Amino acid sequence: MTTSSTSNSTDSSTGQSTAPVLLPVETEPYPGAHGAAALPDDRPVAVSVQGVYKVFGRRPQEAVRRLKEGASRTDVKPLGTAAVIDASFDVKQGEIFVVMGLSGSGKSTLIRMLNGLWKPTAGHVLLGDADLATVSAKQLRALRRSRVSMVFQHFALLPHRTVLDNAAYPLEIQGMSKAERRDKAQKALDLVGLGGWQDSLPSQLSGGMRQRVGLARALAADTDVLLMDEAFSALDPLIRREMQEQLLDLQQTLGKTIIFITHDLNEAMHLGDRIAVMRDGRTVQIGTAEEILSDPANDYVAQFVADVDRTRVLTASSVMVRPTAVVPLGGGPRVASRTMREAQVSAAYVVDRQRVLRGVVRDDDAVALLKSGGDHTSIESIVHDGVAPVSVDTPLAELFAPAAESPLPVAVTDDRNRLVGVIPRVTLLEAMVPPTLDESDDVGPDEDENDGPRPSNDAAEGATAPHDVPTTEGANA
Amino acid sequence: MSTTDTFVPRLPLGDWVDLFVAWLIASFKPFFAVVKDVLLSCYDALALVLQGPPFLVVALVLAVLAFFAKGWKLAVTALVGFVVIASVDQWDNAMDTLALVLVASVISLVIGIPLGIWAARNDKVSRVVRPVLDFMQTMPGFVYLIPMVMIFLTGPVPGIVATVVFALAPGVRFTELGIRQVDSEVVEAGHAFGSTPGRILRQIQLPLAMPTIMAGVNQVIMLSLSMVVLAGLVGAGGLGGDVVAALQRINISLGFEAGLSVVILAIFLDRVTSALSTRSPVAKALAASAV
Repeated sequence: MTTSSTSNSTDSSTGQSTAPVLLPVETEPYPGAHGAAALPDDRPVAVSVQGVYKVFGRRPQEAVRRLKEGASRTDVKPLGTAAVIDASFDVKQGEIFVVMGLSGSGKSTLIRMLNGLWKPTAGHVLLGDADLATVSAKQLRALRRSRVSMVFQHFALLPHRTVLDNAAYPLEIQGMSKAERRDKAQKALDLVGLGGWQDSLPSQLSGGMRQRVGLARALAADTDVLLMDEAFSALDPLIRREMQEQLLDLQQTLGKTIIFITHDLNEAMHLGDRIAVMRDGRTVQIGTAEEILSDPANDYVAQFVADVDRTRVLTASSVMVRPTAVVPLGGGPRVASRTMREAQVSAAYVVDRQRVLRGVVRDDDAVALLKSGGDHTSIESIVHDGVAPVSVDTPLAELFAPAAESPLPVAVTDDRNRLVGVIPRVTLLEAMVPPTLDESDDVGPDEDENDGPRPSNDAAEGATAPHDVPTTEGANA
Repeated sequence: MSTTDTFVPRLPLGDWVDLFVAWLIASFKPFFAVVKDVLLSCYDALALVLQGPPFLVVALVLAVLAFFAKGWKLAVTALVGFVVIASVDQWDNAMDTLALVLVASVISLVIGIPLGIWAARNDKVSRVVRPVLDFMQTMPGFVYLIPMVMIFLTGPVPGIVATVVFALAPGVRFTELGIRQVDSEVVEAGHAFGSTPGRILRQIQLPLAMPTIMAGVNQVIMLSLSMVVLAGLVGAGGLGGDVVAALQRINISLGFEAGLSVVILAIFLDRVTSALSTRSPVAKALAASAV
C-alpha cells in the first residue's frame, strides 16, 4: 500500500488545507466545461434584433425618447405602456433561442415583432436582410409566407377545417395547388406523428395533438425561422415534456432556427441553446442555460433559477473536474503507483496516447506487478476494463446511478471516447446546491464564485474516490 | 300648463325634422320613385310566388324547409300551423306578410352585415354606428311610418322601408360582435402565415363569426315581423292590415284570427332561422367535439 506520503485523513474539510499545495490547477473549471454548450460562432445570423422598443399608448415616441435618456418603465407610464425596452440580440441559424419571462415581461410582444405582427416603436428587426420595421405591408406578407412561421399558445387552428386542411393552410396562402399542398401537409403531419388523423377535425383531438397540428402547419410552411409563442404552456406536464423532446428531435433533423417563448424556466433550460431572461420589458441576461444557472446576472435571475431542477439542466461537462490520477497506458507499474500515491487514491484511470479511456488500474495490482519484477513491463496486463464512462452531455440527473455504483469518480468522455474529466461524488452533490448570493461571509459578489459547486471539490476528490483506502499516515513533503 | 313652459323655451325640434323631411322629398323625388318601384316589384314578385301555387303546395314546401333546418317535429308542427292559418282564412294575408318580412329582412342584412364588418374592423366607425343603432332601435317603430307615408304614400313600400330602419340594428350589432369575438390568435395565425386582410375575413373571421351572425339574422327577421304587422297602419296589407282593421272595428274574432296567424308565422320563422346558426360549418365542427 502507498503509505508514505500524506498526513491528512480522508475528511474533506481538513483535506482543503492541503489543496493549494497538491492541486493548484484544479481550482479553475476544467477546459471545455462550457465549451460543449457554446455555439460555433461562424453560423450566419438568422434574426437580428437591434435596440428594439415597443410602447403602446398615446405618445410612444416621446416615451422611447425618455426611456433612452434613462427613465424607468414607471416614469413613462403616463405616456404609454413600455412592453419592450431596448432589446438587442442575434439569433444564429439553427439555434434554439428561448425568451423567458413572467407574464407582463414583454416576451409575447417581442416575438410578435419578429414577424411584424407588431411594428417596433424604435429599433430594427432584421430577418435576413429585410428590416421588418420599414418594409411595406405587401413585402411583409411575402416575408411571412417564405421566411417565418409561428406556433401559437392556444393552437389557433381553424375549427371548421380538417387537420390536413389546417396543416395545408400556409401553403394555400402561398398559392400552391391543392394536390401539391395536401401532399406536403400530409408529410408534415407524418413528421409530427399525426399520420392517420388528417381527416379529423381539431375539436376531435386532444390538446397535445392539436398543438402537433399547429407545429405541422408551421413546418409545412417550410420557413427557416419558427416562432413559438408559449407553444407548450397550455399542455399538461407529461405531454409538454413529450412535445419538448419531439421539438428537439425535429430541430436536429430539420435544422430550423427556433425562437421559443416561455414562462417556464425548466422548459427554457431544457430547450434553449441560449436563453434571454426578460423582466419588465428589459432583457436582464442572455446566455446558455448553464451560464444563467451558475452565473446569474442579478438577484432577480438568481431567485428565478433558485428552484430550477438543476440536475436536468447542468450536464456532466459543467461540473466535471480535471482527473488527478491518470496513468498512460505505456507507463509501467512504477509510474502507476507513483501517480496514485501522489493523488492519494487507490485506483487510477488508464488512457492511451490519444487520451482514449482504456480502463482502470488498482494500486495493489501495480504494487504486486512491481514486486514480481515486472518493473519494465507495461501495465496493460493489469488494466480492468469494467469502466462505464458518461458523455459530456449527460444531465446530472443521470449521473447519480453511475456515481453510486463506482468507487472511482465517474469518468467523463467526449464523443471520441477520450477522457475529458471526472466527477467525484461530492462534486455531484454540491452541484445540486444553488449558488447563494447572500452567504454571510461572502461579501464581494465577484469572489463568491468560489463558493459555488466547483471549487472545493478538488480537495475532496482524491479523498472520496477510493473508499477502501486505509487511513494514510505520515508527514507530507 | 306645466312650469317648464315658463323656464325652458320651446324647442321646435319637430318642426325642423318636418322641414328636413319636406326638403328630402323635394330634393330626392326621382330617387324615391326608383326605390319605390324596385321595392314594389320585389314584393309583388315574392308575393306572387308565395300566393300563386295552391295552399298545400306552398305549405308543404315550407314544411320541407323546416324539416331540413331542424327535423320532422318542426315540419309537422309547421304544417299543422299552416293548416290552422288556412282554416281561419288568413293564408293569403300570411303570405303577404311573409313576403314583406323577407324583402325587409334581406335589405336589412344586405346593409347591416357589411356595416357590421366595417364597424368590427374600425373602432371609429363602431363608435359612430353604435349610438345611431341605439336610436333607431329604441324609437317607437310606428314613428318611422309617418315620414315614410309622406315619402312613399301608402302601401307596402313605406312599411318595408320603415321595417328596414327598425330591424337593421341587430344585423349590424351581431355581425360586429361575432367578428370581434373571433379568437385573436386565429386571426394572428392568418396574418402570421402571410394572408391578406380580405382573405382573413373570408376564410377566418366570417366563418368563425357565423354562428353569432346567424343569431343576428334571426333577430332581424323577428323584428321585421313585429314591424310589418305595425305597417298595417299605413296600408301595407297582409296580417297587419286585418289586425288594424279589427282594432278599428273592435272586431275580436278577426283580431284573434289574424293575431294567431302572426304567432304561428313567428314560431315558424324563429325556429327555422335559429336552427341555421347551429348549421354553419364552425358550429357543426364544435358540436362534433361534444359527441
